Amino acid sequence: MAETLSHLIEQVRAAAAAGRPLAIRGGGSKTGILGRPVAGMPLEVAGHGGIVAYDPTELVLTARAGTPLAEIEAALAEHGQALSFEPPHFGPGATLGGTLACNLSGPARPWGGSMRDMVLGVRLINGKGEHLRFGGQVMKNVAGYDVSRLQAGALGTLGVITEISLKVLPAPRHSVTLVTALDQAAAIRRMNELAGRPAPLSGAAWLDGRLFLRFSGSFSPSSISGRWDGDVMADAPVFWADLREQRLAFFAGGQPLWRLSLASTAPPLPDDGPTLIEWGGAQRWLRDGDLAALTEAAAKAGGHATLFRGGDRTGEVRSPPPPPLADLHRRLKAAFDPAGIFNPGGLYGWM
Amino acid sequence: MTPESAIDPGRLAEALRGIVEPRFVIADSETAKPYECDGLAIIRQPPMLVVLPGSVGEVQAVARLCHRHGVPLVARGAGTGLSAGATPHPHGVVMSLARLDRIQEIDSAARTARVQPGVTNLAISQAAKPLGLYYAPDPSSQIACTIGGNVAENSGGVHCLKYGLTVHNLMAVELVTVEGTLLRLGGRGLDCAGYDMMALLTGSEGLLGIVVEVTVKLLPLPEIAQVVVAGYASLRQAGDAVQQMIAEGIIPAGLEMMDGLAIRAAEDFAHAGYPTEAAALLLCEVDGSVEEVADQLARVEAVMRRNDPLSLRVSSCEAERLLLWKGRKSAFPAVGRISPDYYCMDGTIPRRQLSNVLERIAVLSAEYGLAVANVFHAGDGNLHPLILFDAGKPGEVEKVEAFGGRILELCVEVGGCITGEHGVGLEKIRQMPIQFGDDEIIQFHAIKAAFDPGGTLNPGKGVPLLKQCQEYRALRGGRF
Repeated sequence: MAETLSHLIEQVRAAAAAGRPLAIRGGGSKTGILGRPVAGMPLEVAGHGGIVAYDPTELVLTARAGTPLAEIEAALAEHGQALSFEPPHFGPGATLGGTLACNLSGPARPWGGSMRDMVLGVRLINGKGEHLRFGGQVMKNVAGYDVSRLQAGALGTLGVITEISLKVLPAPRHSVTLVTALDQAAAIRRMNELAGRPAPLSGAAWLDGRLFLRFSGSFSPSSISGRWDGDVMADAPVFWADLREQRLAFFAGGQPLWRLSLASTAPPLPDDGPTLIEWGGAQRWLRDGDLAALTEAAAKAGGHATLFRGGDRTGEVRSPPPPPLADLHRRLKAAFDPAGIFNPGGLYGWM
Repeated sequence: MTPESAIDPGRLAEALRGIVEPRFVIADSETAKPYECDGLAIIRQPPMLVVLPGSVGEVQAVARLCHRHGVPLVARGAGTGLSAGATPHPHGVVMSLARLDRIQEIDSAARTARVQPGVTNLAISQAAKPLGLYYAPDPSSQIACTIGGNVAENSGGVHCLKYGLTVHNLMAVELVTVEGTLLRLGGRGLDCAGYDMMALLTGSEGLLGIVVEVTVKLLPLPEIAQVVVAGYASLRQAGDAVQQMIAEGIIPAGLEMMDGLAIRAAEDFAHAGYPTEAAALLLCEVDGSVEEVADQLARVEAVMRRNDPLSLRVSSCEAERLLLWKGRKSAFPAVGRISPDYYCMDGTIPRRQLSNVLERIAVLSAEYGLAVANVFHAGDGNLHPLILFDAGKPGEVEKVEAFGGRILELCVEVGGCITGEHGVGLEKIRQMPIQFGDDEIIQFHAIKAAFDPGGTLNPGKGVPLLKQCQEYRALRGGRF
């Protein structure tokens, strides 16, 4: 491992000296989604894997960035624990580092937190080829700026993440999913109303006129079906896994897949194309649209739009920040990566 | 970035009076006295000028003025901080955000509250209560501390294991930059399009910008919460109970531990019915639905009993639950009554190291001749040793600072950190080089420069200069 690490550092130093772009790559499960294509020499991180430390009673796990998510989830399951943010894999190669860089979280996100919420510390190679350590392996740590969480969603444009410490939690003892037929507007209202009551929700999605509500915790499953409306779903774990991994029929086909992140209470968008709602209303998927129009629609609901998969990825693929914030993005990028070698243009074409 | 011109305090005060109502510019040392320190009163510095803007526009104008003249600007909330993070700069302006104290909007359907920075932490939960909602992070100072300061410090509280820190409970922050530009970070959704600047800003101690509006997440009030309190003959037994609870998959809403000295001080103060003969007290709160709480309570109680408690008590009603908490929540002032002064430390350690760390603190306590009462957020590993001292005795302040520094070094040595929730400020700047190497410190300065190239926002706090790091390491000699 030390050899892989020193090789990564050497490659970064050489690239920085030559001003040569690097395209950071983990397991390849997220190639072609979320970001823009990057022209650069591949920097392979997948070989830098393995769990470094895991003590179940500390609720903290530390692993090298190239560790497969599957390996981490298997280690946690042995002790009845799990990643509370239910990260999508999108392929067998999915790594912990890629999950942080993409800040990918699954259906439990509004209740179980996000990858960004759970990260406690990182080690990363900055654009000068220095291997740095931020945060730590404890849950409360306010020394220095929170560089660890800044990596979430930065798509590897600020450094090469080499190691991550994150908070893990007990897996829920029971889960029940209830299904109700409802139109979109009513489903949005219902999801928000329930989220404001002390219900042990762990998933709330709407698709094809049906509202899916998942409850998780240490209750008897019958108490849930007796208390909340809906029919108990038999194959619920398969449904939630297919939703998380985008294997449902909604996600099939080559049309572009748009993701809108917005206020959970935002009413249905005027566009009447196919829509899938997750995260209790706060995440919505569309199969049609363009960046300018969706950015405007999302902004009205306090959010933003991303061309998640497919479509024309040579242009911008996510809502732009307003000019003063864009300047700050450039300055922050330069603070980590002065030569601009990490995934240039991956997040925004101008950066 | 060079200042347009140097400016003398008189002219600066005059210019400030052109921005805010003259009575909100404080230039005389008597009126400015309360601004000399924050909650860490052993570090004091009279401010040159204090200004209390009454609107975001005024905050921007003051920032522009200070920026134009290269004048240091220190933002301040209620001044309850415990790391000298709001200590004035001798040639700078202190900007109190206390007048920006309006709750702008509570959106009950979306479960968010949009508030000005000077709103107190508790006021948010009080305003949300009729809607069946509350704001989860609850630092001990929640009656007085303001949400702007909570964002600057990434404040915690006693419910962090289950509900997270400030950073986990924010939706959006409006920020005035050093140049006086207004930026909106975050939004009404659960993430943002580009870099997560809000995460970076949270806990940045006023070094990157001035928080002028905060939108927080509100949670539904749990149906029920209950507390179990157990007294043990040794800290090790209480520590074992904590580890076993976590291993069994229980995530309590709150999990607190106190040592004998802290128990007795708290009991004398709050009369909560704590077992004063115990060497360790474990306080565990579970919350949720009636059914879930019953299930978890039974499991918590079983674990606690397995470790031979001297006493065990379960709250039977809300009044009793609040009384049992009152002892813990008043532990700091209670310790304040048994000693002329106390110095509160804030390291975090892996939980498994608790007994080891407490034993070594006891050794240091004997070495320095200063008693220590320990209060521990056992759920998240955040340790608050309270060192008792008398600032009136010559040399005792220096002694207590040296002792405190040793405790923080110990926390880092066992895999923890120098501050869990109080921040670095001026206080722990000497310990930063223990936790970080020069390369990390240089990276922190580069981040600072991206936001504040002239370095005028809260200068001297949070991140030491490289030169200082070398001096501090040399001073510590061979210890690390």
